Amino acid sequence: MALTGLEIYKQLPKKNCGECGVPTCLAFAMALASGKASLDTCPYVTAEAREALDSAAAPPIKAIKFGKDSVLGDETVLFRHDKTFYHPTTLLINVSDTLSDDELNAKIQEIKGLEFERVGLQYSIEGVAVVNESGDAARFAKVAATVAAAVDKSLLLLSSDPAALKAALEPLAARKPLIGAATADNYEAIVNLAKENSVPVILKADGLNALEELVVKATALGYKEFVLDPGSRTPVQTLANLTHIRRLAIKKKFRPFGYPVIAFTSNTEPMEEIMEATVYVAKYASAVVLKTSVKAHVLPLMTIRQNIYTDPQKPIQVEAILHSVGNVNENSPLYVTTNFSLTYYSVEGEVETSKIPSYILAIDTDGTSVLTAYAAGKFEPEKIAAAMEASGIADKVKHRNVIIPGYVAVISGKLTEVSGWKTLVGPRESSGIVSFSKSL
Amino acid sequence: MSVTLVKERYSSKVGEVILGATSEQGGTRTSTVTVGGDSGLPFLQFEGETKNRPVIAMEVTDVVPTWNDMIKNQIGDVINNPVAWAKKCVDEYGADLIYLKFIGADPEGENRSPEDCARIVKEVLAAVGVPLIVEGCDDSAKNNEVITAIAEAAAGENLLLGLAEQDNYKSIAAAAMVHKHTLIARSPLDINICKQLNILINEMGLPLNKIVIDPTVAGLGFGIEYVYSIMERARLGALANDKMLSMPMICTVGHEANRCKEANASVEEFPGWGDLADRGVLWEAVTASGVLQVGASILVMRNPAAVKLVQKNIADMTAK
Repeated sequence: MALTGLEIYKQLPKKNCGECGVPTCLAFAMALASGKASLDTCPYVTAEAREALDSAAAPPIKAIKFGKDSVLGDETVLFRHDKTFYHPTTLLINVSDTLSDDELNAKIQEIKGLEFERVGLQYSIEGVAVVNESGDAARFAKVAATVAAAVDKSLLLLSSDPAALKAALEPLAARKPLIGAATADNYEAIVNLAKENSVPVILKADGLNALEELVVKATALGYKEFVLDPGSRTPVQTLANLTHIRRLAIKKKFRPFGYPVIAFTSNTEPMEEIMEATVYVAKYASAVVLKTSVKAHVLPLMTIRQNIYTDPQKPIQVEAILHSVGNVNENSPLYVTTNFSLTYYSVEGEVETSKIPSYILAIDTDGTSVLTAYAAGKFEPEKIAAAMEASGIADKVKHRNVIIPGYVAVISGKLTEVSGWKTLVGPRESSGIVSFSKSL
Repeated sequence: MSVTLVKERYSSKVGEVILGATSEQGGTRTSTVTVGGDSGLPFLQFEGETKNRPVIAMEVTDVVPTWNDMIKNQIGDVINNPVAWAKKCVDEYGADLIYLKFIGADPEGENRSPEDCARIVKEVLAAVGVPLIVEGCDDSAKNNEVITAIAEAAAGENLLLGLAEQDNYKSIAAAAMVHKHTLIARSPLDINICKQLNILINEMGLPLNKIVIDPTVAGLGFGIEYVYSIMERARLGALANDKMLSMPMICTVGHEANRCKEANASVEEFPGWGDLADRGVLWEAVTASGVLQVGASILVMRNPAAVKLVQKNIADMTAK
């Protein structure tokens, strides 16, 4: 919970000297509360006050960085509509060190294939979790090294044996893997290992009370790069724990839980596992470890993650240019729509299904849908005509017909007048494009 | 030291709606289905009761639908026969409800008569014991005729009838009221219209526990985040005692998810997306999982394999 201006003001020296660049201490407090100023600019604030204000102003959930650009935590809300979720859940594929070399290579190849492209977005799996199930430190280190050499992704090294973790971690420390799990039994060795190598570490305990105790003890070792695992392995318990930890961190500023949380799936049937993982992605898990690495399973999960982590205030947009679908030619029809990605891809999908190579001109409406843009004056005939002109469509087709969405039929007369093109009113919904296109 | 958990105290709960009617209640159903009643956010058993688990209605159409072959092959021969199809959904796939959609009533299609539609409803009612959800076609004038005829023919069965919309709700709401059915109120991804429509219907005299909200879902990858947030806000509104947002929610996930290219395009066409068989199933099931997390009470689904996955997910989330 960020402090209010008045709460900050109470801690300030109240000299009103203006040296911070703001005329009064109260105004400075207000600037601090809104994040427009930094406490460093006040030369007279006491050390105690600085500490009180710093810890109060620290984000409720610490950002933990590891591997290849993976950021966990650093979230501020419980519901995406309150602001947005910032750091999409990091997905890691479980690789056991009990796999034979052949199985290991096959798994690595499958993981490497987890790159997707849909509706203009690129998704790829972020990491690999190498798990020591063999009980053999040397095998664990070897498998970790093999995976690290083969894939350029974030790594998680999981073992309860500090010696095995050390063996696997030290050659790979430059890759900054996440390691774990430190438990009540081994936390000193494992947290110190993490500290020596400057890598983040998972703290795992059975239940929230035990977890809090472990965090406090681990913090006493002088380290704070933690990821939490409340130990639950059933979906309903994991959902409850994820919710509790997130709420306590954000609503109560409960420091021991001010860290990102990692979730492990329990279902063994791959599709059931994906269903379970969707719950954790929606509900606050900063990382999820998956057993399945089948493309058809991972794509739906990555899609829902992308959807949920979309900023509700910033619609995703496509480039406001002339797009072509299929092998366009001089007879291809021209559709006009907006640059809101959902609108654009709904149109594109249907145009593709129609199997008629076509042009689609996306008008820059700041990423709003057809009716929203029209109501806001961003989908006006003059603007469409100018975009048509700028796109050079006139040289690409020999006809002079432009198709507009049925909902804005009212602009057809004016568009014909300003563009000099014949305006055809298309269907209201893009789902009508296929049958409409046959009538062209 | 023990951690003091944050447990929310909500001032209200989601309203309960009963679908179907047994012989004692003037219908012919072998059992009724009750939805809603939750006193907390979905599946958070530590602070509120998930009084009635979410239910799955399987979609049955009066004419053979233009669905992809993977779904049609699972359904098999009965796809030509809505009565046998409905029976298979209940007996074999464990559907809690049957969602009967009269695409054949469309004036631009087969233009099936309202009487014919009502006859099929009666036949399906005779074949299965679960409650029915009935929607007409997408032509609103025709839909009103069809639903009025069905409401009368199935009087007392407490069907869930669709759709009432902001600019077309009066005749269908009247039909529901006169013949004792429950009504679906659909709003286009807009919580204000959703609320307004419930007020308008309620003002006609239909009680709040006879209305179910359809917030208009979107498929996975095609705007599901919008409906996700709208449903989350509606649920929070219901818990904060906003009576006009307190109805249980119905989501047509099968229809929306299976419109998406990812649920239909073959691996030959998009090698990067992996095999279609599992992808198609998950596209629908993950869409359902998303809306379940924000309070869906009734899921309208198509693909039997996706239904099975969602049944397992609901069991997982409601396990003690």
